[in-house]
Amino acid sequence: MNKLTILAAGLTLALAIPAHAQDLPKLTVYTYDSFVSDWGPGPSIEKAFEATCECDLDLVGAGDGAALLTRLQLEGTRTEADIALGLDTNLIARANATGLFTNYANRPERLDVPITWTDDTFLPYDWGYFAFVYDNTKISNVPNNFEALIAMPDDFKIVIQDPRSSTPGLGLLLWVKEAYGDRAPEIWAGLAPKILTVTAGWSEAYGMFTDGEADMVLSYTTSPAYHIIAEGDETKSAAKFDEGHYMQIEVAAKLASTDQPKLADQFLEFMTSNEFQSIIPTTNWMYPAVIPTNGLPKGFEKLITPSKSLIISADKAQMVRDEALAEWLTALSQ
Amino acid sequence: MAHSSQPIRPIHFILGGSAFALLLLLTLGTVIALWWHAETSVALTPSDWSIIQFTIVQALASASISIIIAIPTARALSRRNFRGRQIILTIMGAPFILPSIVAILGILAVWGRSGYISDLIANFGVGPINIYGFGGVVLAHVFFNIPLATRIFLQGWSAIPIEHFRLSAQLGINTAGITRHLERPMLHAAVPGAFLLIFLLCVSSFTVALALGGGPKATTIELAIYQALRFDFNLAKASQLAMIQFALCVVLGGLTILLSKPIHFSQGLDRKVERWDAHEIQYRIFDVFILTIVCLFLFLPLYSVLIRGIIPLFTLPATVWVAALNSITVALLSAIISVAMALTMSALIIRLAHKYQTASQAMEIVSFLTLAASPFVIGTGLFVITFPFISPFTIALPVTALVNAAMSLPFSLRMILPAMIRAESHNGRLADSLGMQTWTRFYIAIWPRLRQPVGFSAGLAAALSMGDLGVITLFAPPDVATLPLIMYRMMSSYQLEAAAGVALLLVSLSLSLFWIFDKGGRLEHNLR
Amino acid sequence: MSITLDKIKLSHGEFTLTADFKIKEGQKVALLGPSGGGKSTLLSTIAGFKIPDIGRVLYNEIDITNMPPAKRPIALLFQEHNLFPHLSVEKNVALGINPTLRLSALDIKVVKDALYRVGLDGQGQKMPFELSGGQQQRVALARCLLRKQPILCLDEPFAALGPALKREMLDLVKEIVDSTKATLLMVTHQPEDASYITDQTVLIADGQAHSPIETTKLLANPPIALAQYLGT
Repeated sequence: MNKLTILAAGLTLALAIPAHAQDLPKLTVYTYDSFVSDWGPGPSIEKAFEATCECDLDLVGAGDGAALLTRLQLEGTRTEADIALGLDTNLIARANATGLFTNYANRPERLDVPITWTDDTFLPYDWGYFAFVYDNTKISNVPNNFEALIAMPDDFKIVIQDPRSSTPGLGLLLWVKEAYGDRAPEIWAGLAPKILTVTAGWSEAYGMFTDGEADMVLSYTTSPAYHIIAEGDETKSAAKFDEGHYMQIEVAAKLASTDQPKLADQFLEFMTSNEFQSIIPTTNWMYPAVIPTNGLPKGFEKLITPSKSLIISADKAQMVRDEALAEWLTALSQ
Repeated sequence: MAHSSQPIRPIHFILGGSAFALLLLLTLGTVIALWWHAETSVALTPSDWSIIQFTIVQALASASISIIIAIPTARALSRRNFRGRQIILTIMGAPFILPSIVAILGILAVWGRSGYISDLIANFGVGPINIYGFGGVVLAHVFFNIPLATRIFLQGWSAIPIEHFRLSAQLGINTAGITRHLERPMLHAAVPGAFLLIFLLCVSSFTVALALGGGPKATTIELAIYQALRFDFNLAKASQLAMIQFALCVVLGGLTILLSKPIHFSQGLDRKVERWDAHEIQYRIFDVFILTIVCLFLFLPLYSVLIRGIIPLFTLPATVWVAALNSITVALLSAIISVAMALTMSALIIRLAHKYQTASQAMEIVSFLTLAASPFVIGTGLFVITFPFISPFTIALPVTALVNAAMSLPFSLRMILPAMIRAESHNGRLADSLGMQTWTRFYIAIWPRLRQPVGFSAGLAAALSMGDLGVITLFAPPDVATLPLIMYRMMSSYQLEAAAGVALLLVSLSLSLFWIFDKGGRLEHNLR
Repeated sequence: MSITLDKIKLSHGEFTLTADFKIKEGQKVALLGPSGGGKSTLLSTIAGFKIPDIGRVLYNEIDITNMPPAKRPIALLFQEHNLFPHLSVEKNVALGINPTLRLSALDIKVVKDALYRVGLDGQGQKMPFELSGGQQQRVALARCLLRKQPILCLDEPFAALGPALKREMLDLVKEIVDSTKATLLMVTHQPEDASYITDQTVLIADGQAHSPIETTKLLANPPIALAQYLGT
């Protein structure tokens, strides 16, 4: 009995401590884990926004992109989130169907994303191309399309992400579907023996790659930029596929249930401003939605540019996704 | 059962009845909630079938291999006397207490692509071994279940009357004859139950499939439920799979209870070895060989967890210590709930048994329902029930404590009920004749006899709860973690060193909690 | 065959057994004493299941202290668990002839004869669980018969039987031992059993096994330890 009272007392104390005075309004942004990590855009963004908004910005990591949406669905209108940042165009239809999001107030003057942007609810903040990343000192015979990848020997291992929880995972799914249509199941069947494992999120997979567990990882054409610029390491490259590469446009939106609508709109405006956008390339390692006044950082010119850009429109993506997912599950379950 | 005619007081009904009701809610209630939600009209997809197939096939393989290896191991342990035998026996008794995620880390350290064995065979030019998938899942399951199977068979060996061994020695029955006349009948009785139990445990596996699965090809039903819920927000699919899981486990659980003998975990293994057979050199060599292989297989991963974890232990991030506090809180809650439920249900069962035999038997059977309903089914059902009213993330820790308490209830009840029956029959009448009332009666006459089984049960419940990586993954938001969850996240991000540190912390805390409760139950309880 | 216990001492936990005496060939000796005194331990030592810490065990003056039980010319009947439950009565008895149960036609006849002698004619195909306790002990006795060993040890084998049946069994034992001239050692804690068939009695109490004394003399004039036990 005594042990319990002491423990209960200790717990109450521990819970009571972090109640530092909060007169500042709080804006909660749900985003993905790599955004809030110390090496991601999170810390700089937080500092920059809090300097101008007179508020407390709280960035919450909620897993990977698709997991982020699921969490919001789980929390429903009771959620504390005011903004969701980190979905992509493939998830927009599903996000709209939840009814949790509402339109942003101010359209930015200009957006430098490769397609014309018409959506009123979701606003892009960066974009990129999916690609397989490899170590160019270890691999000399680099596959240049999916069929070449299938032709590699079976001890050539790739690691990919689960399309149900990760936006790169979903991107790969749609990439294969868009490039190969009805032949998609065949492609997946060919890839299956080379898949080392399917991780839940991007960071797990990329960690396995950098640790040498896999030869290739599904990531972005901009991933090598990180190694070149931040580490001075030119050993990582992205494989250029001649089918073209699937695009990812990452977006943010305001939650309808927010208790800080003005502040939320202010953040979304900030998101397309020069200050935010110039942080993106060297922290999130993607192309900015609005090119900063100083242009792209040195090193980005070394990245591959796909010959073709593939993307499925937001309204069609959901339907294609369901069909493609069923094919993926069947092919990989053999 | 009990001989005294105990009056059933309202308090027994209130306490025991609520425990019983809670248990019913957690097992049958959650299943019914799932049934309600599941769109059973939706057909099972080919991928669903392959998940079911994988679940069953890997469980069959795991159970078979575990038993095949356990038989000669148990035989060797039963007939050889050597220094360190007792240590091996004790460590074989700890499988329940070791968190599975810790063991998996150890397994990866030995068998992973960058593990000891891959490094070893690289010297011969052979590529690194890849255990992700079917092979890894079976390997991990065999790792967990060899100690259990060995213990069951050792139990069988020590149940053979010593006269039979002496007789065999006298009559000149050789080793082959002992196998024929003593071992084979024993195994005929023990193997079916052991096989079914291990099969059941492997069918409802989650952590192993999560960490070593490798993709949709190596997904168990429990893992698929988790993915349907957390990745896809597909309540219907999750419910459907949960119903299938429940049906499978009910069949297996029922068969297990019918066919297996009760397992006494702390009995009879410290008897001195008295055997006069198998002195020939070939038997000695074989016994040494099998024991060495099995010990290496079991201890290398654990050893690697220990040595790899020492240094990172001192540089763990602050979030780990918060998670540790969460884990301990949940574990203590679990232990308290489990013991409280066991005590109140036992008290009610004993009092009902006198007049309402069937009711009391029904209560006992219900307590074993949790063996059939896997923690995920319970968790998913609770999720579906509470979701319309409250965000799942706010109740993560209490739900984890509750479900874990329900999972350890069969063990707690099995230890506490017989002890309470004995206490009642020895001291009950005396207490009544002295006119002791409810609380005094309990505290002076009954409680002293219960301290030991309560201590053991509480320790077991706490240790099991510390290592849980099932329900918590379903309910916890990314900013709330217990130690196993944080460890898994680190492993997934290839922070294997930090994970090793957390593993060591987790194992130490689990063992300490168990030891504290168990010892507490054994302390001097004489009232002077 | 004579049995000599030469200054043996055996410790088992907190309990110590000492013995130093000789039993002559063909004698019928009772091991008498209270429970926990060490009777079964002494029998185990003679049979080879326990090795003494100090001292020697001799059969016919030959040191067999370290000889394994299988090689000792001794037949033992326990208090219970004498039969293998999954073997028929006939097979249980036949183990006394050939432990591998490879039997010739002659062997089978011998087994049937032994069963007849213990009054279980025709019961060969029954399983042990189909027999009563007393019948099971008789089957075990039949097996001892077959082994034709010069030493026969009985460890309270008839304790669970009623008085009439017990006397019948003791008669049979006497008959067997007299006809084969074997040495008999019988553990009992009933003095009536001792006086019924034995000539000598070894008193075992508090871990001390005394030298054999003629049974009738001992019971007529019991030493203090035995007197306390008998209540005289």
